[in-house]
Amino acid sequence: MSLPGPWYLGLAAALFGIGAIGLLIRRNVLIMFMCIELMLNAANLTFVTFARMLHDIGGQAVVFFVLVVAAAEVVVGLGIVVAIFRRRASATADDFHILKG
Amino acid sequence: MPGLLASTHPTLPDAITFVLAAMIILGGALGVIVSRNPVHAALSLVATLFGVAVLFVEQQADFLAAVQVIVYAGAIVVLFLFVIMYLGVDRRDNINAEPLKGQRPMALLLVLASVGGVIALGVNAHWATGARSVAGSTTGNHHSNVYQLGQSVFTTYLYAFEATAALLVIAVVGAVVLARRPRLVAAAEREATAEPGASAEAEREDAEVSP
Repeated sequence: MSLPGPWYLGLAAALFGIGAIGLLIRRNVLIMFMCIELMLNAANLTFVTFARMLHDIGGQAVVFFVLVVAAAEVVVGLGIVVAIFRRRASATADDFHILKG
Repeated sequence: MPGLLASTHPTLPDAITFVLAAMIILGGALGVIVSRNPVHAALSLVATLFGVAVLFVEQQADFLAAVQVIVYAGAIVVLFLFVIMYLGVDRRDNINAEPLKGQRPMALLLVLASVGGVIALGVNAHWATGARSVAGSTTGNHHSNVYQLGQSVFTTYLYAFEATAALLVIAVVGAVVLARRPRLVAAAEREATAEPGASAEAEREDAEVSP
């Protein structure tokens, strides 16, 4: 059997923290997207760990849907990045103020 | 029925696997946030995703581990790399520029306090409480994990599954709309309609969209 659940939960918390720090301190939009992926993966790891601890398949079903939503989010987000890069020729988050109406 | 925590009898290979996967995950995550080159960050992201897939296998989530490798490492990271190459931003960005003074120490402090608080709460309380096997067991009833997950997704979570299908279609349409070049379309329309009034209007629209 695998290690006790709290080990995995602690690791997922650390991974989420690293992703949150990266999202807050980096200015490159692509890196910020990758940090969002890190945080989503931390949440996925937590769901799978709880699914094992509680013997409940629901946690794994949620991870399945998170994967789908993450894929859709990346497609739309990168589409926005490409559309803005065409206008501004730079990919830092400070240029996204042109999104306001 | 196996207990919540007491049933797990970890052996040495399990511990070694976990420690190695944890090192890969944390190293890759740190590589994502400290690397100056976005391509290096994307490759570090692959390491992290692979480590998470290893931990999925270790926790009997076989289907999700396969999907993790195929969808995340195979599709999403390739999409990232494609956009990085397409935009030509695979140069080193200035990591020291700090537009908001004091934002980085504050971000570090807040995130460390939050994560430390969560871990402290988990240590002091029970990590997992509540009803068990509500939506079905993970591997029980002599069925594999893929069988259980498929049955759950196509019965209990059927409406959510249909909603994700709609979400994917909407995302594809949105990506196509975003990827169109409105200026070229405006120019083509201007050429097609040669009358002066329409031309002036199209030009005004063009001036509005261009920065």
